[in-house]
Amino acid sequence: MVSAQVSAPPSTDVVLRATGITKRYGGVEALKGVDFEIRSGRVTTLFGENGAGKSTLMKIVSGVERPTSGALELDGEPIRFASSDDALDHGIAIIHQELNLAPNLSVRDNIFLGRELLTPFGSVDFAAEDKVVRELMERLEEDLDPAVKVADLRLGQQQIVEIAGALAADARVLIMDEPTSALSANEVEVLFKVIEDLKSEGVAIVYISHHLEEALHVTDRAVVFRDGELVAEAEAADIDLGWVVEKMVGAADEEVFADLAPNPGEAVLEVEGLVVADPQAPERNVVDHVSLRVRAGEVVCLYGLMGAGRTELMEAVAGRMPVVSGKVSLEGEDIGRLNVRDRIDRGLGLVPEDRQRDGLVPQLSVGRNISLASIGDFMRGIFLSGRIEDRRIDEGLAKTRVKTSSPKAPIGSLSGGNQQKAVISKMLLTEPTVLLLDEPTRGIDVGARAEIYSLLAQQAQQGLGVLYVTSEIGEAINGSNRLIVMHKGRLVAEFDPREVDRHTVMAASGENADLADESAQNQMGASQ
Amino acid sequence: MSAQAGAGRFRARGGKIDWNTVFLEGRALIAFVLIIVIFASLSDHYLTTTNLISMTRHVAFNAVLALGMLLVILHGGIDLSVGSTVGLSGVVAGSLLQGLDLSLLDIVAYPAVWVVVVVSVAVGALAGYVNGVMVTRFRVAPFVATLGMMYMARGAALLIADGRTFPQLQGEPELGNTGFSVIGNGRLLGIPMGVWIMIGVAVVVAILLTRTPFGRWLYSIGGNQRAAELSGVPVNRVVRSVYVISGMCAALVGLILASELTAATPQTGQMYELNAIAAVVIGGAALSGGRGTVRGTLIGAFVIGFLTDGLVIVGVSEFWQMVITGAVIVAAVALDQFQQRLNRTRSGSGRSGPGEAAAKQPADDKAAASAASGV
Repeated sequence: MVSAQVSAPPSTDVVLRATGITKRYGGVEALKGVDFEIRSGRVTTLFGENGAGKSTLMKIVSGVERPTSGALELDGEPIRFASSDDALDHGIAIIHQELNLAPNLSVRDNIFLGRELLTPFGSVDFAAEDKVVRELMERLEEDLDPAVKVADLRLGQQQIVEIAGALAADARVLIMDEPTSALSANEVEVLFKVIEDLKSEGVAIVYISHHLEEALHVTDRAVVFRDGELVAEAEAADIDLGWVVEKMVGAADEEVFADLAPNPGEAVLEVEGLVVADPQAPERNVVDHVSLRVRAGEVVCLYGLMGAGRTELMEAVAGRMPVVSGKVSLEGEDIGRLNVRDRIDRGLGLVPEDRQRDGLVPQLSVGRNISLASIGDFMRGIFLSGRIEDRRIDEGLAKTRVKTSSPKAPIGSLSGGNQQKAVISKMLLTEPTVLLLDEPTRGIDVGARAEIYSLLAQQAQQGLGVLYVTSEIGEAINGSNRLIVMHKGRLVAEFDPREVDRHTVMAASGENADLADESAQNQMGASQ
Repeated sequence: MSAQAGAGRFRARGGKIDWNTVFLEGRALIAFVLIIVIFASLSDHYLTTTNLISMTRHVAFNAVLALGMLLVILHGGIDLSVGSTVGLSGVVAGSLLQGLDLSLLDIVAYPAVWVVVVVSVAVGALAGYVNGVMVTRFRVAPFVATLGMMYMARGAALLIADGRTFPQLQGEPELGNTGFSVIGNGRLLGIPMGVWIMIGVAVVVAILLTRTPFGRWLYSIGGNQRAAELSGVPVNRVVRSVYVISGMCAALVGLILASELTAATPQTGQMYELNAIAAVVIGGAALSGGRGTVRGTLIGAFVIGFLTDGLVIVGVSEFWQMVITGAVIVAAVALDQFQQRLNRTRSGSGRSGPGEAAAKQPADDKAAASAASGV
């Protein structure tokens, strides 16, 4: 399982030490007196649920934020970073979770943004920059032209550019906050190779990922945070995934997803021969003659890699994307000509992949986000009835167990998991017959993940048909009654999740199974 | 939260009054009070009933335009055509009152005043509808679509009037078209009709925004159009309606002005769109959409109106008036940005994952980008 890290690093001096770090935002204590070390030539991984304090600590270490109290030491000398630029000058670079790129500029310009190489005349030395970029791309095994615009790259390549930017800084401490969220399996492998190289050069690496197996695979030392405190640390060789999950959630939790009692009824959603063209290249079909059905009370998983056409399929079924040909029916009625709104009225709703971009209205409160899709139902005469609305909002909050101080709180004050539950709650209030969910657990913590799947199971028992997309194999197998695999726009296999193992499913999806092999015995403890 | 027009926003937490919030959110009102106090001390005439009524009458034009503009700005757009629509609707009214020459039938028709009003408002609505269709169907940026309409409506007004002014619109009893001048010069309970129209429009828009799904839809479109679409909000219909309402507001102003002067000039209303935008912005609305209230917009219109008239009364030169008005607008928006930042640090930190705090404001892309590059 955790192999690869046996080779002894050249030195393991403490580069950066944080003592007694406390960070308070208003009344909330995000960090409660944390002591933490970063050693050179080692990968230190931070584990913890959303809001556990890991990103806050990294923001303090990289100079983005100042601690409320506590001290930092660099090479044994006390230090205070005035800004992230200041920290970068001291050799501390951070790859942010959300990409910090200017899409209108080229790969080269992004990598050197603010640190341009200059000719003796003071103009930008593009040739020298290009050379460095080519070397970096060679190292990252990515064939990217330095002059191409970042906007024209796919998300994974953009992440590579972000990583290249941090490498170009020649940092001594490199913090990677979710560096692999958009990378393919191959790209992740390359990144891990680069990390090994950097380690042997003595660079200290701090790694954060929601992908626990992956993080454990790459790390030398694991540090677990919970509720703003550092609760456990250990050498990676001494621990396994179960240990990490146990420390993260506070107690070993074996049975996380609720039981699915399959009592499927009539087919409620039927898709026949659906074809969707790639908006960027209309001659190519991203969804290629897909037929599937979802019955009442059934939870169906659509498993596949990013780019398999899953999102396009979901959006086409929901009426968001134009369809080339094919038929979509809900309860036997052809709804192929209806728009999103009419489909919601008939009982078909979509919980989108990216809740910040497509799910939430940041200016509205939690309650008003939840009531948005069903607001036409809260009328008294021609006016909105605040009372009916408030009552329905309370029902919605209770049903999905959204944790919020008040329905009037800003939606942004919720954690990622609770925001996602709010989006689901919004669609449930429209009383759907079929609910589509695209990556319902993206970027949320283990606890909230389990809650979401048990919520779906519970709704299915009351007759809701559920179709969800995921690229997490554990969630595919443990969350569904039926598992459909999508690969390059086609449905390639269908499984009963109780009778299939991970390898079969992953092989069907065309996934590079190398990485999976190692962690196969060690599968997500949380999802077992 | 700021999108909610509900009461009690000054006591955000636990019933205790938060003076910082009062000061920041009430800044337009404070500015308004300051303006009154300063000019009242400079001029005995300023606070007389006659002057207050006359200033409010001036405010009414801008306020009606600004209320329509508020709706457009809430969706994240802008309407540059309202000034031209003011001119166009006035000229349409003028030409109808002067008699419609139906040469085919060899008669000249003199429509009744109510017909004139309906037709003029319909012309404003039509201009707005064209704006709305350009924005929703043809995906033209609102700035450009309404810029085009600004030229077209002005051109249409000049064509209809042949570049001249329609004088003497009071009508003649024997033609049955008298009464037009009541709109601008009539009074009810001692208050000019224009002010009543402003109050009426404000009430209608406030109800629309706070008590109907339309209002909630509009705020959600301005906040996050993609999320609104996926929640089944009829985005295109709402956006089109917003431009139609703005055009109708502009037409109303055109009628009031033409009636007040009993004359319609095709050049009427130049630059009015900018005053309307200024009022909305001073009132705390975000040009990126999703934030703004009727109350704020009204206060914004009063700040501009009472300031301008006050400067006239105390004899400040017209040139200085412009400089001062400009400074007030910029100061208001600068304060607004400061408040937004404050809100963000208050609510954005803490419980949500720190990474998400930055991703929370996709609409404020410029602000976010500059913040990110500073990071």
